[in-house]
Amino acid sequence: MKRHHPNWLAGIGAVAWLLLVGLPIYVMLAISVQTREGYGRNGPIALPDTLTLDNYTGAFDEGFGRYLLNTLVVTASVVALVLLLVPPLAYAIVRSRSRLTSGVFRLFLLGLAIPAQAVIVPIFYLISKAGLYDNLVGVVLPTAAFSLPVCALILSGVMRDITGDLYEAMAIDGASPARVFLQLVLPLSRGGIATIAVFSALQAWNGFLFPLILTQSDSTKVITLGLYNFQTQYGINIPGLLAAVVLSMVPVLLVYLFARRALVQGLMGVGGK
Amino acid sequence: MSTSTLAAPTVTEQRRARRSPGGGPTLGRPGFAWALPATLFFGLFALAPLVLVVVLSFTSWAGLGSPEFVGLDNWQRLARDPVMINSLWLSVLLTALGVLVQTPLSLLIGVWAAGTQRNRAVLSAIFFLPLLLSATAVSVLWRALLDPNFGVPGQAPWLFGDGNLFGSRTGAIAVLVFVGSWQFIPFHALIYQGAARAVPAVLYQAAEVDGAGRWGQFRHVTLPQLRNAMITSVVLMVVGGLTTFDTVLILTQGGPGTDTTITAYYMYEQAFRSFDFGAGAAIALLLVVVATVISLIVVRVSGYDRMRSTMEGL
Repeated sequence: MKRHHPNWLAGIGAVAWLLLVGLPIYVMLAISVQTREGYGRNGPIALPDTLTLDNYTGAFDEGFGRYLLNTLVVTASVVALVLLLVPPLAYAIVRSRSRLTSGVFRLFLLGLAIPAQAVIVPIFYLISKAGLYDNLVGVVLPTAAFSLPVCALILSGVMRDITGDLYEAMAIDGASPARVFLQLVLPLSRGGIATIAVFSALQAWNGFLFPLILTQSDSTKVITLGLYNFQTQYGINIPGLLAAVVLSMVPVLLVYLFARRALVQGLMGVGGK
Repeated sequence: MSTSTLAAPTVTEQRRARRSPGGGPTLGRPGFAWALPATLFFGLFALAPLVLVVVLSFTSWAGLGSPEFVGLDNWQRLARDPVMINSLWLSVLLTALGVLVQTPLSLLIGVWAAGTQRNRAVLSAIFFLPLLLSATAVSVLWRALLDPNFGVPGQAPWLFGDGNLFGSRTGAIAVLVFVGSWQFIPFHALIYQGAARAVPAVLYQAAEVDGAGRWGQFRHVTLPQLRNAMITSVVLMVVGGLTTFDTVLILTQGGPGTDTTITAYYMYEQAFRSFDFGAGAAIALLLVVVATVISLIVVRVSGYDRMRSTMEGL
């Protein structure tokens, strides 16, 4: 009697989307393990007949090891900054009764609407004047700043769920705000903290705009910029290029495997729960 | 925000408490100082630039030395610039195409993925993959796969004609819309998935009692319940679409000619290729204004600002 006959339309749509997502990713992997000659012979669709990892070692010869390291430094610094700044901010947003703080929350909500593209000219101006052009620090600062609104929103949402009874119990003991923060708020919002860490890491790892306008030399290049340069210079070497693309994705896919929940929640930070 | 309504009844209570000696609710509460570091940081690197972009739009600056005040010079130049005016229409066109292509597909996939069947959970993990990849990686991947000489189009002339998708205005626009959809449909599907899971089961039971089939339930229960999610999603698509930049830079470089030079890309070209930072700032400002106005129109037309709850009558 129940309505459990299969939904064909949705099923077909799902399979179509699966192919649309899965095929290009499979083709990318298949091309990245072929020699250039093999790829030229077989084209993009046929099964590879020559297997090689030369494209991957080749990417490292082109400096991708350096780019990966730079990206790692930027990502770690951005996450560190976010974890240093956002938990106290979210705590204040949720618990402070100062009028200034509610104004600050509105300011961060407004910040959600500022696209990074809109401010690249003044950011370039500020970073150049500060002498941080072509320096990874100059990339870290605006990248972290633009992660703050979403992270503040996610974490204050999580902290709001801590019940008032717990705060009162600590207040009766005469606990200072710092002790409440360290002993109550931080332990109870570990999940939210993991989410903002993963979210800001993804933003930093995938960031392109700020590195593009704020760096120029090879020693400060991050992986996305490396891909872009590789494409403009050696666009014909498609197997080599795609091996580099795969390399840039591997760390993110690893995080996806092990922290899928935190990642999806982080991505959902904007756009409602 | 719901917080203000929640907090409202406690205001007098709180005043009383603050005055009463020996503590009360304010005791053990953090002061503004806790929010200060993050606020200063954000102010310096996000809010100050927003003010600065207004100032810079009235200056001439080539990247070295100090900007010089030139009044409305940049604005007058841009108002007469055909590439600039064309770029605005192009941005609106690409954004509209993006919304039209992505919304129905995200809606279908999101509602499908909201089901609790085991196979859906597994498939969803693959569905949402593009979401994790940088716009750069996605664009480089598709640029390679669609390469006129070495890519898929050369293998399938029956579908792609001469295979040079990047050589014509229609082809280049189609590529941008396609790649944008490939990348962003998963994100919007996630929004719909979350909202579809929150639809109260009571409504479906009631619809079933009324004899509504699957389509009837979708039409009369799911869709109206997803209204707020749809508005959120469309606003994000509009802002995202108007500021699309990296995809254009990597896939088409604004070409052929200036056929895909949308406003965000033109801003980059003016500022960082022609080193006319004043004009770049002016275009950026225009972009913010256009994106805000369109978002406000979407919110107003859809009645989102009146915050009608989808829970009414429950």
